[in-house]
Amino acid sequence: MKVLVAAKRVIDYNVKIRVKADNSGVETANVKFSMNPFDEIAVEEAVRLKEAGKATEIVVVSIGPATAQETLRTALAMGADRGILVQTDDEIQPLAVAKLLKAVVDKEAPGLVILGKQAIDDDSNQTGQMLAALLGWSQGTFASKIEIGDKLTVTREVDGGLETVSLALPAVVTSDLRLNEPRYASLPNIMKAKKKPIDVTNPGDLGVDVAPRLVTLKVEEPPKRAAGIKVPDVATLVDKLKNEAKVI
Amino acid sequence: MTILVLAEHEGGALKAATLNTVTAAQKIGGDIHVLVAGDNIAAVAAEAAKISGVAKVLSADAAQYGHHLAEPLAALIVGIAGSYSHILAPATTSGKNVCPRVAALLDVAQISEITAVVGADTFVRPIYAGNALATVQSKDAVKVITVRATGFEAAGTSGTAAIEAVSPATDPGLSSFVSQELSKSERPELTSARVIISGGRGMQSGENFPLLEAVADKLGAAVGASRAAVDAGFVPNDLQVGQTGKIVAPDLYIAVGISGAIQHLAGMKDSKVIVAINKDEEAPIFQVADYGLVADLFKAVPELAEKL
Repeated sequence: MKVLVAAKRVIDYNVKIRVKADNSGVETANVKFSMNPFDEIAVEEAVRLKEAGKATEIVVVSIGPATAQETLRTALAMGADRGILVQTDDEIQPLAVAKLLKAVVDKEAPGLVILGKQAIDDDSNQTGQMLAALLGWSQGTFASKIEIGDKLTVTREVDGGLETVSLALPAVVTSDLRLNEPRYASLPNIMKAKKKPIDVTNPGDLGVDVAPRLVTLKVEEPPKRAAGIKVPDVATLVDKLKNEAKVI
Repeated sequence: MTILVLAEHEGGALKAATLNTVTAAQKIGGDIHVLVAGDNIAAVAAEAAKISGVAKVLSADAAQYGHHLAEPLAALIVGIAGSYSHILAPATTSGKNVCPRVAALLDVAQISEITAVVGADTFVRPIYAGNALATVQSKDAVKVITVRATGFEAAGTSGTAAIEAVSPATDPGLSSFVSQELSKSERPELTSARVIISGGRGMQSGENFPLLEAVADKLGAAVGASRAAVDAGFVPNDLQVGQTGKIVAPDLYIAVGISGAIQHLAGMKDSKVIVAINKDEEAPIFQVADYGLVADLFKAVPELAEKL
């Protein structure tokens, strides 16, 4: 079975982001970017499926500017076989991403698509579900374990604990943090990844209208918390909570 | 304008997040209908009818809705979506699972985890792990929205709405429920608790979490955890507070042995009062804590339990 993985280039999770002074967005110039952490988990799961003999080929797709090639190279170094870059400098919102991925799925005909559960920049948590809807496929979101047989068995992280569902294949799965521990790409694999093919296409060629449906009017800093105080001991802490903050 | 709110329920009872979602709907303005979908849900529908501000409760009672599977539930919602300008659901795992599927089937964008309503088409939502707030305006005819419960007060329960049955939609037959493993807890639910005490990597092992439970018992608090504590296997992952876990905003949040990574702060920095107990005085958690105690938690926490 062919597995398709979607990976997004985002501001590195360790970066403390800054809101632009004109409130038009966050500062992205001279900031470190990396693959979205949930997508690393998605790539890792696809590679493990291949190592277990369940997957025959892993195709990784990224949508964004030319620099998203780096994200694809990272996935190739982890073990993906080839990459597809849907190159665009426009803002692409989850619905448009889902439509672009659908167009890629229609061409590639994978048996399984794995995405991260959410991107840590827009925190939307939508694309996988939207892709499943557009394809008319089943969805296994927030997966912490997957098993492939005639059907796909997915253990999902839900609010009260875990839930296991059985899904008809082909299916869309979104990875939660505990699905696996992604591997580091070794130097030889990074070198080999440079030779793996990346096809470059664009939204127009895929016939997808990517016009944003949501207009961002402004982006602001969240209200700052007032500076707190350090207390010397537990007794003072209890006293402050009782008499000053009045929360206990 | 008529607004559809998807009710969240479990074990025959309405979940609190539904009440916060109704408040968000009231801020948008218009008639509010609540959809209760499930298997054998007469009691939940009756409970939903009592929510203040609700004009009508739609009850979809069928076996296929028993486990909130996204595929049949989305088909149901899309079937009745034609009469609504807004479709809202709480931003719980269940709401997050089904809403984007509904939005894509309607060919509209979804607005995730709103924390404020500016107007009928304009909303505020946190991005970048809560380090920025985006105000977004939707150009779509139908607004599909998930609501962050901690952003809105709970609606009252003095209403008397009529309950109307809706016929189930065709089940796409793509998915089935196998089993569930729910964490048992006598304590208040994390997302609605008034006081939360959370432990991090500094707890060192799961055996030390009873130290927090002793404090939780005195305060009627829920116990939470950081991702480090969950990944280390100290506690189950549904206790995780943060960007990838639960978002909470209690009156009092006590962070014990938690350094305060961005991803953890995303889940708790809207708490009214934050207390940090950590032996590292440089820990970032002290930058958001109203009261910080630099101390060894293994001494401070038992002392705290004793003094309460």
